[in-house]
Amino acid sequence: MNPQLIRGLCYIVASGFFIFGLKMLSSPRTARRGNIISAIGMLIAIATTLTALTDIKWVWLLAGAGIGSVVGALAARLVKMTSMPEMVGLFNGFGGLASLLVGWSEFHFNWAGTDPLSLFTTVAIFLTVLIGGVTFTGSLVAFGKLAGMITGKPVLYKGQNIANAAILAAIVAVGIFFCVLRPDQPDAGGSALVYSLLILAIIQAFTLGVLSTIPIGGADMPVVICLLNSYSGLAACAAGFAIGNNVLIVSGSLVGASGLILTRIMCKAMNRSLANVLFSGFGAATTAQGEGYQGEAKPVSAQDAYLMLEAATSVVFVPGYGMAAAQAQHGVRELGELLEQNGAEIKYCIHPVAGRMPGHMNVLLAEANVPYELLVEPQDVNPTIETVDVAVVIGANDVVNPAAKEDQNSPLWGMPIIEVDRARTCIVLKRSLNPGFAGVDNPLFFKDNTRMLFGDAKASIGALVSEFKQ
Amino acid sequence: MNIDATTLPLLFFVFVLAMFLGVELIKKVPSQLHTPLMSGSNAISGITIVGALIASGRQDSAAVVTVLATLAVTFAMINVVGGYLVTDRMLQMFKSKTKDGGKA
Repeated sequence: MNPQLIRGLCYIVASGFFIFGLKMLSSPRTARRGNIISAIGMLIAIATTLTALTDIKWVWLLAGAGIGSVVGALAARLVKMTSMPEMVGLFNGFGGLASLLVGWSEFHFNWAGTDPLSLFTTVAIFLTVLIGGVTFTGSLVAFGKLAGMITGKPVLYKGQNIANAAILAAIVAVGIFFCVLRPDQPDAGGSALVYSLLILAIIQAFTLGVLSTIPIGGADMPVVICLLNSYSGLAACAAGFAIGNNVLIVSGSLVGASGLILTRIMCKAMNRSLANVLFSGFGAATTAQGEGYQGEAKPVSAQDAYLMLEAATSVVFVPGYGMAAAQAQHGVRELGELLEQNGAEIKYCIHPVAGRMPGHMNVLLAEANVPYELLVEPQDVNPTIETVDVAVVIGANDVVNPAAKEDQNSPLWGMPIIEVDRARTCIVLKRSLNPGFAGVDNPLFFKDNTRMLFGDAKASIGALVSEFKQ
Repeated sequence: MNIDATTLPLLFFVFVLAMFLGVELIKKVPSQLHTPLMSGSNAISGITIVGALIASGRQDSAAVVTVLATLAVTFAMINVVGGYLVTDRMLQMFKSKTKDGGKA
């Protein structure tokens, strides 16, 4: 049989494995096997490709693959679950960079070659380099913000939108020139002008990636990470068009679609449009209003909080980024177990945008051995929240801010929240009364049925656990 | 490689269908699993390794091509290996109550 035909069939099998693997992610029971199936698909794709190569430079290949594998394996083993957003952000960037390099090397190979690039391939290479470059530097900025190396606050300056529009226009102009002057035009083969246009496009893509990510604040990072995830897939997809390979197109678009859906879910959960997230510099402008809510917060000691919890028959935990920052997830699980032994019904209600990436809180609680049946979504809790005795808010703020449904002037207005203010009692674990990452005051802290347990989340949970054990 | 007029529509055909399929598949993933979904799809986007390998294994290519392709292999491999391993590490932590009860 024709070896090219066999390879084509193998690529179809690999794509099937990716699709099946993603399908098995629809339940926590089958998800792990799904991931392994997806990995087998990748192995098939890699092995198939190796059989097609006519001149394998083993030293280079093994060095590259070896270093990549070691770095990847170490990162995967050593990363803390709380740092998962940073890692995913960084990996998005590597995916984009790899696609950019594939596009570049494809261009270089054909630049002065005997089989010059057609218009279609040139456009595909340009898009690969552009999307890959934006993904790479955008992800580096997102990584820096998440890891605290760059300020998490939106970086805004005058004429920002104009600067971004200008660079976008410049990219389009370079793109048009690049495609018009492509190597298959007379006298263009091997010309330095075409090559310099490609380099210029790479630099522009890098600049755009930085400029479009710095104005986005820390609390909006879940959206950005999803979007960059999508870009990294689309970059692979564009590379697939550039080299005419279906398995790249299929897998790239699966990832692209996944990122886009997650982006949409995140935006919906904040009741904001994608444009608003990307361009408004949310959180920088809104702190100015700061009239503050009137009222007195009622602090409570760990002992009094214990008495409330001890008497409760139903308790809902609402974790937020503060739980991740304080590494309090293990203590929370221990407290939850003690409450269950005490006869209370426990649930963990997780808002879609809690934490710094989608599903962040679920992973942390799973790490702490909370069974996944207890992890629920706001729509499962809100309808019956009046019957909840105590809602314990751990380092969450904006996702429980009642201003979202009470104050039309609030920047959070209309955002779906976990309505803990309607629970019989609400205990908020927090360091201080400072507003959350969106910079919006939270009237929840001043409600009659709210008690504030001030201090580090881990220490406060620890104090509650030791009260129970006495 | 240059793509002729008969392959071009086929590539777009595959692209459009894969996009629709992706949307249908991902919609069914529960929000609990969104972090593993992202790291897992990160690993899948490492499929660009295929392009990197093709670029690295060509005859008569300039040294620049080999260097670029090797770098591409390295970064794509970080994605593939790191992505799958970290996803597996996360997913093995998701335990059911019934299973867990037996151990406790």
